[in-house]
Amino acid sequence: MSPEKLARMANQIATFFRAQPAEDRAALVAKHLNDFWEPRMRRQLLDLVQAGHADLDPLVVEAAGRMRAPA
Amino acid sequence: MKDFVIPWDDADKGTPAKTGAPVTLTVDGIAVTVPEGTSVMRAAAEAGIQVPKLCATDSLEAFGSCRLCVVEIEGRRGTPASCTTPVADGMVVHTQTDKVAKLRRGVMELYISDHPLDCLTCAANGDCELQDMAGMVGLRDVRYGYEGENHVFARAGGEANARYLPKDESNPYFTYDPSKCIVCSRCVRACEEVQGTFALTIEGRGFDSRVSAGMAGDDFLTSECVSCGACVQACPTATLQEKSTVELGTPDRKVVTTCAYCGVGCSFEAQLNGDRLVRMVPWKHGKANRGHSCVKGRFAYGYAEHPDRILNPMIRESIDQPWREVSWEEAVGFAAGRLRSIQETHGRQAIGGITSSRCTNEETYLVQKMIRAVFGNNNTDTCARVCHSPTGYGLKTTFGTSAGTQDFDSVEASDVVVVIGANPTDGHPVFGSRLKKRLRQGAKLIVIDPRRIDLVRTPHVEAAHHLPLRPGTNVAVLTAMAHVIVTEGLVDEEFVASRCDTEAFEDWAAFVAEERNSPEATEALTGVPAAELRAAARLYATGGNGAIYYGLGVTEHSQGSTTVMAIANLAMATGNIGRPGVGVNPLRGQNNVQGSCDMGSFPHELPGYRHVSDDAAREVFEKIWGAKIDAEPGLRIPNMLDAAVSGEFKGIYIQGEDILQSDPDTRHVAAGLAAMDCVIVHDLFLNETANYAHVFLPGSTFLEKDGTFTNAERRINRVRRVMAPKNGYADWEVTLLLANAMGADWDYTHPSEIMEEIAATTPSFAGVTYALLEEKGSVQWPCNAARPEGSPVMHAESFANGKGRFMVTEYVATEERTGPRFPLLLTTGRILSQYNVGAQTRRTANTVWHQEDVLEIHPHDAEVRGVREGDWVKIASRKGETSLRAHLTDRVAPGVVYTTFHHPDTQANVVTTDYSDWATNCPEYKVTAVQVAPSNGPTEWQRDYAEQAGRARRILPAAE
Ligand code: SF4
Ligand code: SF4
Ligand code: SF4
Ligand code: FES
Repeated sequence: MSPEKLARMANQIATFFRAQPAEDRAALVAKHLNDFWEPRMRRQLLDLVQAGHADLDPLVVEAAGRMRAPA
Repeated sequence: MKDFVIPWDDADKGTPAKTGAPVTLTVDGIAVTVPEGTSVMRAAAEAGIQVPKLCATDSLEAFGSCRLCVVEIEGRRGTPASCTTPVADGMVVHTQTDKVAKLRRGVMELYISDHPLDCLTCAANGDCELQDMAGMVGLRDVRYGYEGENHVFARAGGEANARYLPKDESNPYFTYDPSKCIVCSRCVRACEEVQGTFALTIEGRGFDSRVSAGMAGDDFLTSECVSCGACVQACPTATLQEKSTVELGTPDRKVVTTCAYCGVGCSFEAQLNGDRLVRMVPWKHGKANRGHSCVKGRFAYGYAEHPDRILNPMIRESIDQPWREVSWEEAVGFAAGRLRSIQETHGRQAIGGITSSRCTNEETYLVQKMIRAVFGNNNTDTCARVCHSPTGYGLKTTFGTSAGTQDFDSVEASDVVVVIGANPTDGHPVFGSRLKKRLRQGAKLIVIDPRRIDLVRTPHVEAAHHLPLRPGTNVAVLTAMAHVIVTEGLVDEEFVASRCDTEAFEDWAAFVAEERNSPEATEALTGVPAAELRAAARLYATGGNGAIYYGLGVTEHSQGSTTVMAIANLAMATGNIGRPGVGVNPLRGQNNVQGSCDMGSFPHELPGYRHVSDDAAREVFEKIWGAKIDAEPGLRIPNMLDAAVSGEFKGIYIQGEDILQSDPDTRHVAAGLAAMDCVIVHDLFLNETANYAHVFLPGSTFLEKDGTFTNAERRINRVRRVMAPKNGYADWEVTLLLANAMGADWDYTHPSEIMEEIAATTPSFAGVTYALLEEKGSVQWPCNAARPEGSPVMHAESFANGKGRFMVTEYVATEERTGPRFPLLLTTGRILSQYNVGAQTRRTANTVWHQEDVLEIHPHDAEVRGVREGDWVKIASRKGETSLRAHLTDRVAPGVVYTTFHHPDTQANVVTTDYSDWATNCPEYKVTAVQVAPSNGPTEWQRDYAEQAGRARRILPAAE
């Protein structure tokens, strides 16, 4: 998948959870990614975060580190 | 095999059932107790006595025009009509006195003197109430002769008979023969009371009165008639008659089954001669439809016999080759070999499959089982991805389970109905009729839709409020409604306190109450006048039982899931959950969308909506399946296509779906399919996706298999085999062949065994068996030890997750924006006579109503572009362009254009984007920024596409 599209999808998720009243929004984003993203997509997201992809929402960056490690 | 006959009383009792206090009377010496308000005619029928009748039938209110049903009642003068006389306690009725017998014969004599006597060659011979009644009243002689003034003969006394009208054969499915009409007005009343279209009237008076469709000069086809068949059903004579019965003769056996088109899930009697289907007649005991139907289920079944249907398996090495017909064994072996070798080279995760929302629960269950247990991954998805996946996510988050809360009967108890992003009279016609009936009785209607759908104003129905929002602003509008409800103190505090998570409610209430969420603050964005929105919110909150029905106009947005949550919030805040007349009701597109979701088609959840990471749930299946299940979610359809383009996904089994036509961004879908090494299409026809397939496995129609469908009200209905599969195998058998060729050793011999496995593994289906379905006709899940007869209304005492959960619904504008290059917003939908990608309906006579997709555009937008009615126009987005004809109408607001996606030549999805719902990747079909310009015909893409499709569909002559 193109990095732009993957980043856009991850950012959309962060945008939803940012509005939710919760102490730990990054945990909610991480859970959503664990529950719905196939491991290859999570791996690709991690790679984007590590490469410092410019367009990622900071909440995504925080959540990515806390996702279940993709196999 | 014995025909399936449910031991229910099919007799016509003359007038509708009533509910009321018991009243006891005697009829011909037999005591009978019936509810207050029941007619004497119906009471007699309950006592086993049939009173002769012509103008009465139990699907319609009594009218009392034929006077054939007269009786004598002790202590009353005269001979009252039994159909219009209500029972009274202690009444003593005589239905067979000499006096009434004489009267009845006189009435019959008059009817028959103006009726053709061609009974033996009449299409209704043996199935005609006029015949039956003539026999029943003992008519032996017609003293008036047949020579007098009449409607029967084209010529009388050597001159043209002005009263004679020729047959109207304009409707493709039924004929109207005025010479046989007895003017009982059952058809007119059926069109009004049952269908709600008001297409028919009785013109003229007395002997001159005739049934007439539409206005003067109209025939059935040009009138407003929507060909639902209700009038044909109601007609006691051959006046309104199915053409198929005219052609094939009256049927001699019947099998009850379920319509395979939309999510209403109407029950039908398939009426046959041997294995020849004569007609489909709506079944009066069907709990979804209560004896009604629409043109698709009633008439559009001819695709099963269409010459385009492919009956032999075919394979080819690559998609530039023509197809080669082969044996089932060879086709399945070829497919299995390719899938396995892909896995060897590219890994276990490199293949997957798509289950069909058109197939049965049993078939869907098997496909996902094959993917999880035989392919060894969770790359299973279903076309619900592209329609109702946000319903799953949104309702599960708020209510704890992903299903509509009511049955369709519930609408009869609604006082305020909100319809959001749905067009029931076209998309879910039988529900649309039931809704209109309730609205005519006085319930109020609120429509939230960019387009002025028919319901906004239709005969005897007018919406109290229509909020014509800009596409893409659903969340802002619904949150503004919540703002009004919270800030004006209209919250049902008691419900919220006892049934919902109150902390989440407080957070939500504080959020919606913010000034920026008020109708006034969002008006500029949504285009909805604030005062109108306020009035609508007040009406929903305070008007009595409030029910919300919604469709794809809610889900197919980048905020689809958020919108579903916003709907759930409104229902909880106003206490409109947990009893008849209220609730949140997704109107499902295809017949088995609910079922395919229930059966574990989604890549992240096993049957019964249990996440694949749930160890206990996996263990249940691993034990029965004897295979390990991956604990990680698999790829969703759009993800599969993305992975295919990047070379990580190589093989796919697609049962009964046409993703190339139905999914957004056609070029991207085509690129994904073209990048795969093994595309297996299992379908009735060489659909558009099959242009990219290597293996084609012929499918079977719903008439050719046993199984169950689950409709939008969670109702599990039986599908019964009416004839042998023309392709040799039911679809579940084809999946079984493929799975076994890949090393499984499944030995199911009947779908009922698959249902046993579903019940054994899935708590909400624990009590479902074919035996129970035979007994009850249908059940609504959850059906288990706690609710052995199923559940018409959900969340009655508590929510599935304990407490209902309010969710904050922040509006986020879609990234698909209009601008100078693409100033208009395109939104899509469907129409009555066609169904989805049209693979079935385009292969029936339904095409007379809709030969092509057209673009609806506001006259103002058309004028500034120099577009006139019927012109070819090019519609272009950032993704692509296509051409179609324009239709100028103010149903769409300026700035908005609308089309359907039923025809592959148009390929409306060439222009739709790959933006999708944030939670589920459900594509954003409903909002695309476009430009429209005059053009002189199909675009280059359309011509290339047609050429490619033609080449891809070549079939080599079979080698002998
Ligand atoms: S087919 Fe339906 S819509 Fe048409 S006239 Fe008959 S009842 Fe009315
Ligand atoms: S067309 Fe049939 S139902 Fe209608 S008035 Fe004539 S006989 Fe009655
Ligand atoms: S309303 Fe839907 S289920 Fe009923 S007959 Fe029409 S298409 Fe079939
Ligand atoms: S059946 Fe009662 S008046 Fe016609």
